[in-house]
Amino acid sequence: MDKFTELTAIAAPMPTENIDTDQIIPARFLKTIQRTGLGKSAFAAQRYDADGNEKPDFVLNQEPYRHAEILITYDNLGCGSSREHAPWALLDFGIRCVIAPSFADIFFNNCFKNGILPIPLPREICDELMDDARQGSNSRLTVDLERQVIVRPNGETIAFEVDPFRRHMLLEGLDDIGQTMAHDAEISSFEHRPSRAWVPSITIGTAK
Amino acid sequence: MPVTNSPRTLFDKIWDDHVVERLEDGTCILYIDRHLVHEVTSPQAFEGLRLSGRRVRRPDATVAVVDHNVPTSDRSKPIEEPQSRLQIETLEKNVAEFGVPYFPLRSASQGIVHVVGPEQGISLPGMTIVCGDSHTSTHGALGSLAFGIGTSEVEHVLATQTILQKPAKNMRVSVEGKVGPGVTAKDIMLAIIGRIGTAGGTGHVIEFAGSAIRDLDMAGRMTLCNMSIEGGARAGLVAPDETTFAYVKGRPFAPKGEAFEQACDYWRSLASDEGAYFDTEVTLAAEEIIPSVTWGTSPQDVLPIDGSVPSPSDVADPARAAQIQRALDYMGLEAGQKIAGTPVDVVFIGSCTNSRLEDLRAAADVVRGRHVAENVRAMVVPGSGLVKHAAEAEGLDKVFLDAGFEWREAGCSMCLGMNPDRLTPGQRCASTSNRNFEGRQGPDGRTHLCSPAMAAAAAVTGHLCDVRELVRETV
Repeated sequence: MDKFTELTAIAAPMPTENIDTDQIIPARFLKTIQRTGLGKSAFAAQRYDADGNEKPDFVLNQEPYRHAEILITYDNLGCGSSREHAPWALLDFGIRCVIAPSFADIFFNNCFKNGILPIPLPREICDELMDDARQGSNSRLTVDLERQVIVRPNGETIAFEVDPFRRHMLLEGLDDIGQTMAHDAEISSFEHRPSRAWVPSITIGTAK
Repeated sequence: MPVTNSPRTLFDKIWDDHVVERLEDGTCILYIDRHLVHEVTSPQAFEGLRLSGRRVRRPDATVAVVDHNVPTSDRSKPIEEPQSRLQIETLEKNVAEFGVPYFPLRSASQGIVHVVGPEQGISLPGMTIVCGDSHTSTHGALGSLAFGIGTSEVEHVLATQTILQKPAKNMRVSVEGKVGPGVTAKDIMLAIIGRIGTAGGTGHVIEFAGSAIRDLDMAGRMTLCNMSIEGGARAGLVAPDETTFAYVKGRPFAPKGEAFEQACDYWRSLASDEGAYFDTEVTLAAEEIIPSVTWGTSPQDVLPIDGSVPSPSDVADPARAAQIQRALDYMGLEAGQKIAGTPVDVVFIGSCTNSRLEDLRAAADVVRGRHVAENVRAMVVPGSGLVKHAAEAEGLDKVFLDAGFEWREAGCSMCLGMNPDRLTPGQRCASTSNRNFEGRQGPDGRTHLCSPAMAAAAAVTGHLCDVRELVRETV
C-alpha cells in the first residue's frame, strides 16, 4: 500500500448524497480477479452512454476534474455493498482522498486499507470545499495527514480528526496483517479457552 | 477482557466474548468464529496470502460457496461468460490449495451464502461471523454478530482469524404489537428503514426487539437483519430464543446432543440485560405498518402501498430536492402519483433477503390459481438447492410454473445482475431483493423493493398493488 502523507491536488465536486458503491463500480465489473484496472469503469453509468462514449456533463469527464485526486460529496458516501472494488476503482482512477459529511462504515474502512484517506467534515465545511473545488485547476486543496489539516486555496486551514492507529498505518504505508500476526500467541490462547469448547469445527470433506 | 457488572446488551456480550486483545487506542483484535467466502470478493485475498507465503489459519472455521456469478439456468452446461467462469474456477483452485471446505456449483447444498450458512448450521447463535458481502448481517437473526467486510479484511481474517475493529454503538429498534394480515418481515424492515433513513444506523449495531419481532419465524428475522445494512448499520441482531434453538437443532454442522443443550444455556445468557444502555432507541407500532414498496433509488424511499410518490417541492434542502427529482426521472415516475397501479415488466422473487422456503410459500399462496399478467416476465430463484428441493417436495414449483413463472436454480441472480439475469434499460421490476440503487439490477433498470407476497401480487396483476386485496378475494 502506498503511503499517504501530504497531497496537493484538484478536487472534484459531487454534491450528491448516498453515492452507493454500485454507482462507484457497478456489479458487472466485479468479475475481475485483480485489484487494478477498475479506474476506467469507475462511475460507469454516469460517465458513459450506452455506446461507451463519455457523457460531457459528468464531472469526472470534464477538465480539470479528470485529473482529480480528491473527491468531495454529501452524506453517506459509499453506502451499500461492501465491495472493495469501489476504493480500488477510485484509486485506479487516481483518487487518494475523499471528503464528505459522513461515510458508510464498510467503505470508510476499505478506504484506509488502500491508502485512500476518508475525511468526515461538517456539511457547511464540505460546502465551502465544494465551492473551492468548483474553481477548477487554480484551486487545489492540500491535505496534510501529518498535521491533520486541509489547506484551502485562500490559505485557510481546516483541522480534521483521524483515528491514530489508522493515521499511523497510512503515514507509513503499512498493512495490518503482519502486525496482527505478531499477536499469534494471544490468538492461540484465545482459541483454547474452555468457554469456547462448544464451537464446532467444520472439517474438510464434511461440506457436501 | 472487560469484566463488568453493569447491564450489557446482546451486542456487548458477544463482543466481549470475542476480544482477543484490546490495543492502546481502543482498537480490538476480535476473534472470528465463522468466515464465509464467495467467488467475487475473495480472489484478491487468496492472491495476497500466496504472495506473502501465508496459510489460512482456520480452514475448519471457513466455508466457501459460489453464488454471485453463477447462472441460474441449466447447470449441466458449462458457464458461458468467460470472466464468470474464471472467477468460479479461481475459487475452486483457491479452496483446494488452502484446504477450505467448499459447496461446489453442482452440489445439492449450493446456494446464496447467507441462505446456506444458517441452513447448514454453520452460522450459530453467539458467534462472530464475517463474509466479504454486506448482507452478512443476515446471520444476526440467529443472535450472532455478523457483518460484511472488504477484501483486505477477508485476507486479514484468512490469515489471522481475527479482525481489527472498535466496538459499535448500540441501537434498539422495537416493534411492538401484532402486524395485520399480509404484512411481512420485509414490510416491517422497509418501514424501519423509511423511519431511520439509509444512514440512520451508521456506526451502530441494531438489536431488533419487541413482540412483533419475537413473533417472526427465523426466515422473517433473517429478512429483517439482512437489510440492517440498508439502514446503514454494521449489523443487525435478534436475541436467540426458543424459536432460534428449534431452528438450529439438528442442522448438519450444529452441536449435537449434550453439546447442543450446553450451547443453548450459553445462548440464553446472551439476551440484553434489563437496563442495558442503548445509544439510540426507536419504537414502531406493528399495527401501523402496511404492505410497502419503494418508489425511488434508495431503500429509504419507502411508501405504504396506498401512498403517493413525493415531490421535490415537499423538502426545503435543495440538495435533497434535486435528489428526489433525479430519482423520479430515473424511475420514470411523476411527483404526487399513486404508487399502486404502476405497471411492472419483471417480477423477481429471490435474493438473500427473500428466497427461503417461507418466502416462496408466501408468494405461492398469492399465485395459486392465478396466472402471470401478460407482458410480465416473472421468475423465482430459490436461495439454495435445499430450498429448491423442499419447495418442489411441497409442489410449489408446480404452482409457479403453472402460473407462468420461471423456476430457476439457486444463486444471487437478478438481485445484482452479475450473471445473465438482468433488467434491460427502462424495465421496471417488483423485486424481493434489498437494493433499488440506480443500475443495481441492470443498467437503467428500475427496481421497486417489496415482499414476496407483494411481488407475487404484482406478477399476477401486472402492476404494483396491495396484496391484501387479492388475498381478500380468495378468503
